[in-house]
Amino acid sequence: MKRVVITGAGTINALAQDVPGTLAAMREGRGGIGPLDIRDVDRLNVKIGAQVKGWHPEDHFSRQQILLYDRYTQFTLHAARQAVAQAGLDFDGHLGYETGVVLGTAGGGLTTQDENYRAVYEEGKNRVHPFVVPKLMNNAAASHLSMEFNIKGPSFTVATACASSNHAMGLAFQMIRSGACRAMLTGGAEAMLCFGGIKAWEGLRVMSTDACRPFSLNRSGMVQGEGAAIYFFEEYEQARRRGAEILAEVIGFAMTSDASDIVMPSKQGAARAIAGALRDAGLNPEDVGYINAHGTGTSANDKTECAAIADVFGPHADRLMISSTKAMHGHAIGGTGAIEMLACLLALREDVIPPTIGYEEPDPECALDVVPNVARQARVPVVLSNAFAFGGMNAVLAVRRAP
Amino acid sequence: MGESVKERVIAILAEQAVMEPADIRMEDSLEDLGLDSLGLVESIFAIEEAFDISVPFNANEPGKSQFDISSVAAVVTAVEGLVARKAA
Repeated sequence: MKRVVITGAGTINALAQDVPGTLAAMREGRGGIGPLDIRDVDRLNVKIGAQVKGWHPEDHFSRQQILLYDRYTQFTLHAARQAVAQAGLDFDGHLGYETGVVLGTAGGGLTTQDENYRAVYEEGKNRVHPFVVPKLMNNAAASHLSMEFNIKGPSFTVATACASSNHAMGLAFQMIRSGACRAMLTGGAEAMLCFGGIKAWEGLRVMSTDACRPFSLNRSGMVQGEGAAIYFFEEYEQARRRGAEILAEVIGFAMTSDASDIVMPSKQGAARAIAGALRDAGLNPEDVGYINAHGTGTSANDKTECAAIADVFGPHADRLMISSTKAMHGHAIGGTGAIEMLACLLALREDVIPPTIGYEEPDPECALDVVPNVARQARVPVVLSNAFAFGGMNAVLAVRRAP
Repeated sequence: MGESVKERVIAILAEQAVMEPADIRMEDSLEDLGLDSLGLVESIFAIEEAFDISVPFNANEPGKSQFDISSVAAVVTAVEGLVARKAA
């Protein structure tokens, strides 16, 4: 089996439009949640979100490209360009055939759908732009990545709601480990902060109207974010031979399904995914120093996740650190696991554990070290990243310091 | 309209719980009726639609919402209050 390392990273999210800016915000415990600036916000009950501000697509893409790129595709390409530049490779030779793209997104081109439904239903128009379908489809971003970089191997999109990008990165890892590919562009993106996207979430009554406070007794629900993070995964021997800077090594992945409820999480399903990732990586529970939690700030998730961690780690649960960075970058739905991988890189590369900001009151049902409000200096050899989706689909990755 | 707020709320809860309205007692809790979290959120949506009101309820802190859901009677009283405030 091949070893798999990360040699490129890129992002755009509410904290920053690149990796250094995002890591700086995470170090400082700076949040990106604020008033939403979108059309018809006055008709929403939820008026806050972690929105990408100051994004000007015309600075990055041609007019023709913008006609074809939904906001989530724009985010994906912007992040991928950073990752590919850092990896320092081109795909014109044989590598292009042995590299693929696996991305996660839940809503795909939802902004395009929202705008065009508005045009035909609300404004009564009977004609839409010819590119609506290629713009809104869930695989559009993956396709545009393959075209931009001339990547000709296996490419596809996975959609498992809030676990989408963890599933994507896990599959990319498995494809390199098995020898099916030499390298993969992977991660995920979401751009759901449009009227219809938020209105739909309001219906479930799990959204906060004031703040995201994961693990805090006075939590009031989740806050949506948006953005993308894209990574270049490659086979370790290749990275070593070419002298690439290795950001981290991906060492384990597991996925499970709860098979129980369409919205309520299950402790057993989450615990099986966490334990499975440890087993896949050949780790003992004591090896893990930090977990980037799913930590949505809903009552249902936070209590279930803490109970699952306590079950898997036993006494070590009290010694490891867990934090939810969603209080900073918001819950970026299908892109969230990819953005949260940046928090894992911060821990592994800079010995800084990003905090759970917005934390005010201990919850006896979340009695773990959640790194409240302030980042902490600590050296951790191995970290996990949790993602637990609606529909009971769980995906956990294990990552360690660069070899 | 002939039906009282109470009768309409009970009819909504009964439909969600798949029960006859006559079998619902005012002192029943929503758990007694077998309503889970999705059933509760659906009931509140149905109440909002039926009375054209906005119900202050967040599933993360049901105990802290101003909307009392501790029993069928409490829900009826809360809806009566919201309907009266709308008329005022």
